Amino acid sequence: MATTFFTRKPRELSYNPKRPVWKEKPSALYQTVKAVVLIVFSLSILTPILLVVSTSLADTEQLVKAGGFVLWPERPTLEAYATIFKGPMVLQSLGVSMLITAVGTILALFVTITMAYATSRPVLFGRPVILAVLFTLLFAPGLIPSFLMIRQLGLLDSLWSLILPGIFGAFNFVVMRSFFMNIPGELIESARIDGANDWQILWRIVMPLSKAVIAVVGLFYAVGFWNSFFNALLYINDHSKWPIQLLLRNFVVQGSGAADQLGITTTPPPQSIQMAVVVVALVPILMVYPFLQKHFAKGVITGAVKG
Amino acid sequence: MNSTTEQAPALPVARRVPATAGGNVATAGAKKRKRSKAPQQSFRSRLRRDKQMLLMMVPGVVFLLLFFYIPILGNVIAFQDYQPYLGIGDSLWVGWQNFVDLFGNPDFIHAFWNTLYLAAWQLVFLFPVPLVLALIVDSLVSTRVRKVFQSIAYLPHFLSWVLVIAFFQQMLGGAGFVNNLLRDWGMEPISFMTNPETFPVMVVVQMIWKDAGWAMIIFLAALASIDASLYEAAAADGAGRWRRMWHITLPGLRPVIVLLLILRIGDILSVGFEQFILQRDAVGAGAAEVLDTFTYYTGVVGGGWSSGAAAGLAKGVVSALLIYGANKLAHRFGEDGIFAKKLG
Repeated sequence: MATTFFTRKPRELSYNPKRPVWKEKPSALYQTVKAVVLIVFSLSILTPILLVVSTSLADTEQLVKAGGFVLWPERPTLEAYATIFKGPMVLQSLGVSMLITAVGTILALFVTITMAYATSRPVLFGRPVILAVLFTLLFAPGLIPSFLMIRQLGLLDSLWSLILPGIFGAFNFVVMRSFFMNIPGELIESARIDGANDWQILWRIVMPLSKAVIAVVGLFYAVGFWNSFFNALLYINDHSKWPIQLLLRNFVVQGSGAADQLGITTTPPPQSIQMAVVVVALVPILMVYPFLQKHFAKGVITGAVKG
Repeated sequence: MNSTTEQAPALPVARRVPATAGGNVATAGAKKRKRSKAPQQSFRSRLRRDKQMLLMMVPGVVFLLLFFYIPILGNVIAFQDYQPYLGIGDSLWVGWQNFVDLFGNPDFIHAFWNTLYLAAWQLVFLFPVPLVLALIVDSLVSTRVRKVFQSIAYLPHFLSWVLVIAFFQQMLGGAGFVNNLLRDWGMEPISFMTNPETFPVMVVVQMIWKDAGWAMIIFLAALASIDASLYEAAAADGAGRWRRMWHITLPGLRPVIVLLLILRIGDILSVGFEQFILQRDAVGAGAAEVLDTFTYYTGVVGGGWSSGAAAGLAKGVVSALLIYGANKLAHRFGEDGIFAKKLG
């Protein structure tokens, strides 16, 4: 047939078909260097995590034999976890962290979504005002004035001091707003003609269209609340209101007088107990990470590049 | 709804022209087109039209006032001899005295230079790492390897500094994993975590561990947006791997690099607050005292509210000048920077 006459013989597929034809195959040296960099970087991240999880699960005998750390628990046991949950401190601080994360994320989403929607459509004042406000958010008011504000509001030693300062983040706001701005105005207009008010439009039209970005921003906030440590150091004295991160700092990073604070009588605490506390703080993040990862790259890029 | 009736009918409601903004301000994102002026409405009718939208802004505005703008005004205590029981209203005004004291205070001077020293380390050794990682990842042909590496590399970004430092202690601390191994092999343990002299290296390593993977994202996005036909054409003209990187990749990345550098410079005096506070006890104030920790220990811990606020304000003003200067410089080199020229 005529077509076969003009069709070239298929090339030998000795090369990777995904590699563009113009791209030369990298030299062996270059490939080795690349592989080493990537593998070392990945291992440096995975090893500590594996070490901590394994050590928290290892039994005393193996720990003593290994001199403190194991990379793989031979006879995994949950003893360390049983011990830390015996005292009130870990449970309490987990409760505090969960509470501030849940309440904080809901409030943060409310404030961010309403603000982002209201500023995504031009209203009384326009873009210049909003850009000017965004620009000021690059700066920070400073530590001392923020502290004095919290004290003035009577929030010292209250869990609200851990929630309220975190319910609005400039970055999340920009991500959300740029997403809302890309929703076609025609959709919103037609809803308005059908008699919907702005709240109804936000609730029935805009939010269902933005589920993905709301999920990502919500997760960002949740991770932020879960991880927040410094606000607690500043504002909370009462041990029963410590979030898990502050407990972790005092118990693992500083390691002083920790056993009494945990209400545990074993001093000095064996390695596995410390590691169990680390794992308790780590696991929620590991659990939401797959969801985060699925969406964030897209969200972050649209927000960061266009914002 | 009521708003449409007052509007020029041809204009979609969603693109209502802000009357204050004149005729040619772009409303939505990148859509910069000239538009005829909408008929000017009275302020009151615009207020009625936008009532619900304005109501939606209330929570955010209240937040910004309470936790942002009013605290910014609270910086006036830097010019006072602030006493908590007197409050801002009744405390004595002392003018520039706090700043004079501050710059005569060797601890502050030390914190200041130490901040710059650590910032320089970060700028030189931290900034290029994500770029190099992104170039490597972008050159990977296998999408599977790529995905696996990205999933691993992004993870530490979501861990708190407390966790990161805890990990580093368990790995590198005096009783940590590596030193245990060294002891087993009959070698001297190395004090990675408590040596003030190597502290800057440690700080950079920790930052790379935590955020280099994450910082890669933005470079990857920029790399993906470079037109592949440019590479093809260059290759056809005989440009090798390095020439293509020099003449296509790096120019393509220039705006992003400039943007990130400006943000980095504006942030440079905040070298990493939590990271330092967590390690200050271990390496001592000599190595880990930076402006932020100085503010914290002087103000909140030591009760020197006014000197603390003065230190914080000094830092804030210098940072603002740095952002402004870096942005000006970016404009000089023909880049957009963080905010467009007309606003800057």
